[in-house]
Amino acid sequence: MVTAHSIEEKKIWSVLETVTDPEVPVLTVTDLGIIRNVKINAEGIEVIITPTYTGCPAMDMIAMNIRLALAEQGYKKIKITSVLSPAWTTDWMSEEGKRKLKEYGIAPPNPKQQVCNDKLFAEAEAVQCPHCNSHHTHRISEFGSTACKALYQCDDCKEPFDYFKCH
Amino acid sequence: MSDFLINYILHLADTTLILSQRNSEWCGHGPILEQDIAITNISLDLLGQSRNFYQYAASLIGEEATEDSLAYLRKEREFKNLLLVEQPNGDWGQTILRQYLYSQFQYLLFEKLQQCNDEQLAAIAAKSIKETTYHVRWSSEWVIRLGDGTEESHNRMLKAIDELWRYTGEMFEPAGYETIVDVSLLKNDWLQKVTTVFLEATLPVPEKVFMQSGGKEGKHTEHLGYILTQLQYMQRAYPGATW
Repeated sequence: MVTAHSIEEKKIWSVLETVTDPEVPVLTVTDLGIIRNVKINAEGIEVIITPTYTGCPAMDMIAMNIRLALAEQGYKKIKITSVLSPAWTTDWMSEEGKRKLKEYGIAPPNPKQQVCNDKLFAEAEAVQCPHCNSHHTHRISEFGSTACKALYQCDDCKEPFDYFKCH
Repeated sequence: MSDFLINYILHLADTTLILSQRNSEWCGHGPILEQDIAITNISLDLLGQSRNFYQYAASLIGEEATEDSLAYLRKEREFKNLLLVEQPNGDWGQTILRQYLYSQFQYLLFEKLQQCNDEQLAAIAAKSIKETTYHVRWSSEWVIRLGDGTEESHNRMLKAIDELWRYTGEMFEPAGYETIVDVSLLKNDWLQKVTTVFLEATLPVPEKVFMQSGGKEGKHTEHLGYILTQLQYMQRAYPGATW
């Protein structure tokens, strides 16, 4: 049954789909999988979000942009709550988000968590070059321009690229 | 009990904040660009972890407490961080060793903390341990690279061990407020892991070293005051200043 409540909720989600990550502007907050829930009650609306990395400086800005986007649509009482558990994982990134990342020149996270263990000097993950699709690539550094990215280079087309590392 | 909990959270917050502050001193000075980025990324992770702890502590303290007031307006003797993390950066080897000795400990601690009964602490630990895993791996690879590197790098690591080892005992001596995870039980695992890495790095594991302690109770080495002078300067000089 479609209720007024669920129509309203759908509308809020569609507003959220327009809010992008300031660091990776092709991704929306819904693509990233950081919106955990939307609640509507007598006091107003509550958007529950979870951070990607604990120190990600974009999170405060993302929260503000969500508030602005909703305010623009006429919502007044907006509460944004940040929860840590369960911890965010790149598994929550949408397929659409992964496609957009690749188009943007950032290799999307591999579906299987390969690097999240403490094994030393492990082979770098096989990451596909977002430019020429070669798997013949190597890792330059597992820390990149933002907390969520590692730096790779393609051995075929020689282009360096960012890899949105699995987490 | 609530005071115990607040002090414990502040101990976790202060330790991660001070190590973050130390590592951030490398910003723009790393040996090569990729490693400069790595150490500052680690610094950012630790800052994020400390913010989560401070926010939680502030919510329990209530009144006017905020994450900022706890970080910027407490005095040296109120800080409960481990002595290890306030030690100077020294050379790259000393910074790496400090990071490794701490990250290896933090990993074991957060493994337990994520299972504790306090939901928020468990959530922060579960979130942070994913980042800590990277820190452990990165820093242990560097310990091995430098220890088993050239004569120069090996000697520098020996010097770093000499500087820092005396501050590792404190991690496993529970403070009065430290009741949630029994840190004394982590010592064997930690020592075993460190020994494995040191062996690979051709570095000796020191024995019978006199251990310094006191940080958890607010008794610090002379270095913390200087760190706070820099970290708290803006809020001390211009109280209430905002961006």
